[in-house]
Amino acid sequence: MSELYLGIDLGASATKAVLLDSRRQIVARTVVATGLDFTRVGQEVLEAVLRQAGADMEHIRCAVATGYGRKNVHFPCLSKTEISCHGRGAYHYFPEAITVVDIGGQDTKIIRLGPDGRLLDFQMNRKCAAGTGAFLEEMARRLDLSLSELEQLAGQSQQDVKLGSYCTVFTFTEILALSRRGIAVPDLVKAIFNAIVQRVTELGVLSGKIVATGGVVAYNPTVANLLANRIGVDPLIPPEPQLIGALGAALFAFEEAEHA
Amino acid sequence: MSIEPQPAFKKLESSLRLKQLMASHFYELDEAARRGSHKIAWCSSVGPAELLRSLGFLVYFPENHAALLGATRKATDYIPAANAIGYSPEICSYLTSDIGACIMGETPLSRAYPGITRVPPPDVLVYNTNQCRAVKDWFQWYSRKFRVPCLGVQSFRQMDEVTTLHVAAISTQLQQLIPPLQEISGTRFDIDRLRETIELSRQCSELWGQVLETAAHRPSPLTFFDGTIHMGPAVIARGTQSAVDYYIFLLAELRQRIEAGVAAVNHENCRIYWEGMPIWGKLRELAALFLRLKTCVVASTYCNSWIFSDLDPRDPFESMARAYTELFITRADACKERYIKQMVEFYRIDGILFHEAKTCPDNSNSLYGMPQRLYQQLGIPTVVIHGDLNDLRLFSEEQAVTRLEAFIEQVQG
Ligand code: SF4
Repeated sequence: MSELYLGIDLGASATKAVLLDSRRQIVARTVVATGLDFTRVGQEVLEAVLRQAGADMEHIRCAVATGYGRKNVHFPCLSKTEISCHGRGAYHYFPEAITVVDIGGQDTKIIRLGPDGRLLDFQMNRKCAAGTGAFLEEMARRLDLSLSELEQLAGQSQQDVKLGSYCTVFTFTEILALSRRGIAVPDLVKAIFNAIVQRVTELGVLSGKIVATGGVVAYNPTVANLLANRIGVDPLIPPEPQLIGALGAALFAFEEAEHA
Repeated sequence: MSIEPQPAFKKLESSLRLKQLMASHFYELDEAARRGSHKIAWCSSVGPAELLRSLGFLVYFPENHAALLGATRKATDYIPAANAIGYSPEICSYLTSDIGACIMGETPLSRAYPGITRVPPPDVLVYNTNQCRAVKDWFQWYSRKFRVPCLGVQSFRQMDEVTTLHVAAISTQLQQLIPPLQEISGTRFDIDRLRETIELSRQCSELWGQVLETAAHRPSPLTFFDGTIHMGPAVIARGTQSAVDYYIFLLAELRQRIEAGVAAVNHENCRIYWEGMPIWGKLRELAALFLRLKTCVVASTYCNSWIFSDLDPRDPFESMARAYTELFITRADACKERYIKQMVEFYRIDGILFHEAKTCPDNSNSLYGMPQRLYQQLGIPTVVIHGDLNDLRLFSEEQAVTRLEAFIEQVQG
């Protein structure tokens, strides 16, 4: 068994883990719902990827945790922010000057990287869930639809409807009003996706090569399409966009071990 | 791979002296209020404190009290009481927490200083709108409550250059304060006493400037977080000998630190400029975060705002007028940018942090694109954190920490 490098991304909604071998190939990956206990979920994904790879803890040469729960893992682990990790993961697939748009469970980020992969600057949503996965989840819950149903319905939309509210609670009030006026559910659902895209484009100027990552893009390709319409270029989507943060963390683990 | 323990804070020896100075300031005011031995003037932070002292007033600073409410994390308990009487949660949380505390009859002074049960009631309130309009509204509320006069100076804002016309107008307003203040204090105005007070204020200011400048040394012997505490005397006791003595002492300690190679932040490898207000209720957490990141916040607009280089006893009114008007906060963006550039150069700054305080737009310079402009002009990263001076409900610690850690990762390449 070769040496392994672990990246764990403990996000507000989902926890992701990636295990790399010494050729930086992914040998195991997992995604689970985070729940309330970061320490437990960290342990759970660790065991899951080790099982998949048929490996033990001793095989892990270096581990890096990222995401909201990055300080809560109870095994030896370095920590790095999700900004750097998403940037690093996206650069792995697109090694050039890129702007990464990551739409996560609780925050949305725009990360600008130079041609050498260096972090040039970043923007994050303000302390508000508008434009994040949490907004989408809340809308799905209120509409009593699953996230995959939302995706399906958006595809059936016949017209563009604009939502004016910023606040998640008021957005739903607005949706109720529109529904009373007879606007069809698919149009409302597309409007919800469009609201997310709107929030993202407000964060910063999107130019050059855009890479879209994160759980929302992974499960809702509509968001990437709407983003493309808005900014006039198709965003590049890496394989397994939800795992990019964990992959970046694993790559940092690899580099850390190399430099040690 | 190991998880590093949290590095320890290095407390300055001078802290003990600082505590004594602050205590005697509040006990003196309390005693004067109880005995009626001195008239008490409430003054805004860059109001005409020198003039008030020269007229025999003891001076109390509501902003200092409000900062205490923030630092003791009590502000959020009091803000709703001010909201309930019509002061919006969107306006200055110094104002709302301070008025709220008054409505609820509480003060952190009574916990810190046994025997003190209330803030010393004013005989007069004197503001200067150089920082913002909120101070005037704030003082006028107290004026109605205590039925005492509220006087003030209406300042200019958004100036690129401070001209002789600006200075003359403020100087006239300062002189117009003399007759009513004389009447309230019962003391005749004495220009020599004013000159003496200004001289003490000038010395205090100069020493405070030298204290802050020690941070230009690499590694720095002090942090912005130390500064926010040790600026106390420059705020509440400028114009007195005790403030001067205090800064002589503190400066000696910092110089000793430099000589002995003592760094405020061990293995300092990143130097940051803090633009904007402190987040009073989170000083400790933020100081700990930067210690862990081996980053020293070496300088700030906030601490620098109590350096009044223009004070000159030979020209009391003009020099006070200039000193109160040349403040960073009253200036146009172009002028603020020039100032920050100088600071970046002098302190060898690697990155600039902007605190966007929700309830203090006048001290939030990230609102009109300044971080982006400075990033372009200086080529050093800038970051904005959203929070507030006193209302902790407006600060998301998790988000701020991620943002700051990512910022330091960016700075360190
Ligand atoms: S400058 Fe800001 S904190 Fe100070 S009184 Fe004005 S609004 Fe309040």
